[in-house]
Amino acid sequence: MSIQQYIQAPARSVEKPKIRASSVCVSYGDREVLHNIDLDILPRRITALIGPSGCGKSTFLRCINRMNDLISSCKITGEISLDGANIYDKKVDVEVLRRRIGMVFQKPNPFPKSIYDNVAYGIKLHGLTSRKEELDQKVEKSLRRAGLWDEVSDRLGASGTSLSGGQQQRLCIARAIAIEPDVILMDEPCSALDPIATARIEGLLHELKKKYTIVIVTHSMQQAARVSDYTAFFHLGDLVEKGDTETVFTNPKDNRTEAYITGRIG
Amino acid sequence: MPQEHIVKSYDTELKHLDRLIAEMGGQVETLLSSAVKSLIEYDEKRAEKVITDDKKVDALEIAIDAQATRLLALRQPMAADLRMIIASLKISNDLERMGDYAKNISKRVKTLTKVPLLSSTGRSIERMSKMVAEMIRLVLDAYFERNVAMALSVIKQDEDVDLLHTSMFREILTYMMEDPRNITACTHFLFIAKNIERVGDHATNIAEQVYYIVEGRQYDDGHLNLDHSSSVIAEK
Repeated sequence: MSIQQYIQAPARSVEKPKIRASSVCVSYGDREVLHNIDLDILPRRITALIGPSGCGKSTFLRCINRMNDLISSCKITGEISLDGANIYDKKVDVEVLRRRIGMVFQKPNPFPKSIYDNVAYGIKLHGLTSRKEELDQKVEKSLRRAGLWDEVSDRLGASGTSLSGGQQQRLCIARAIAIEPDVILMDEPCSALDPIATARIEGLLHELKKKYTIVIVTHSMQQAARVSDYTAFFHLGDLVEKGDTETVFTNPKDNRTEAYITGRIG
Repeated sequence: MPQEHIVKSYDTELKHLDRLIAEMGGQVETLLSSAVKSLIEYDEKRAEKVITDDKKVDALEIAIDAQATRLLALRQPMAADLRMIIASLKISNDLERMGDYAKNISKRVKTLTKVPLLSSTGRSIERMSKMVAEMIRLVLDAYFERNVAMALSVIKQDEDVDLLHTSMFREILTYMMEDPRNITACTHFLFIAKNIERVGDHATNIAEQVYYIVEGRQYDDGHLNLDHSSSVIAEK
């Protein structure tokens, strides 16, 4: 490309969103808890959802891999698409969808099995490999990506629950990425961890976003500011403001965002 | 930002930072008017006091830096709070420079008392210093009221100061040509005029910080530089 072409080229090519939510409304019974949410989530970026308790951020996160299907009173309208295909379409197999969109929860929840089996479980369940050698490789690769391999390589047979909280959470991340999803949803992944374990997870997120699209719900605004590329602020069921993280935290447009991030409402 | 923080002590600490800036701004206003007065009245004692009082301004800069650092470390400020704290660091730096210029004027007063009097220039200096003093007063008000319109008017006023500085530059050159015995005094007056003009520039910088605090983006330099003293040539 000549310098002239380079100068004339558009500053940033328009990227297709990995996930697109359009006019999403969610109600539990008669009560609408999310109103008309429009949000694009870009591939291989970290998008943070922030807002006070009860603002609907976790509900929105759970809509992305249809976790709310499990709640009978929950009704969803509007559309959420993954790579352009509506995930709420009747033809969508939820199991297949959740293979593409993994999830990590607030409290580490390893299976009461060995470290190895925790990671191998999903791989075997989804029939991703049948050969022992390949399975070993996949387990190692996932544990390495989750930044846990060096700490557990000599005790893969030990129980997952014997690990420290931070290690357990990284084990859950290894388990989530073992089945090679496109998207990882994280619901307060560090709230049960100490600052060092939190820092390790945050460092890991930075590595993981090279390969995965990450959506993280966090109560810590500082964490959202540290790790995310984009931030969406929810308040009382509305998506009040979305934008690149730097702008949202230095110069938010909406007074409610300003009040929340500066510690004036909560 | 009318609403208060949930954590009241955070508000108290931010207010303390504002108070320090108010105090420093007040000190600088006094310092400059006192320096100019010492010049007009050839008052060495007053000049001496300006030189010692500048230390108070320096101490306040350190106090503001410490308070801002403390807030950054302990409160993790965001948005308007963050911008205000960042601006306070720059404003204290500008005020410190203004204090230094006042001190420099007073140092020259001590020299000028030893050479022949040049009273006509003193009046022009006085006029310019009044314009700049007004800018300082206005920009501090703009800061405390977070008032962009006032800040912009300060930036506008600096254009008049620049014009006056250029004309003073010419005037002083003329005195030098009239009588070489004026050269010592005139050279010092050139610097004094420049010092006051620089104080105006720093007031403009503070006005730009007010704009940044309120608008969340840097002031896009639209103001004209009318100080053409750098291209003035002495002509017979």
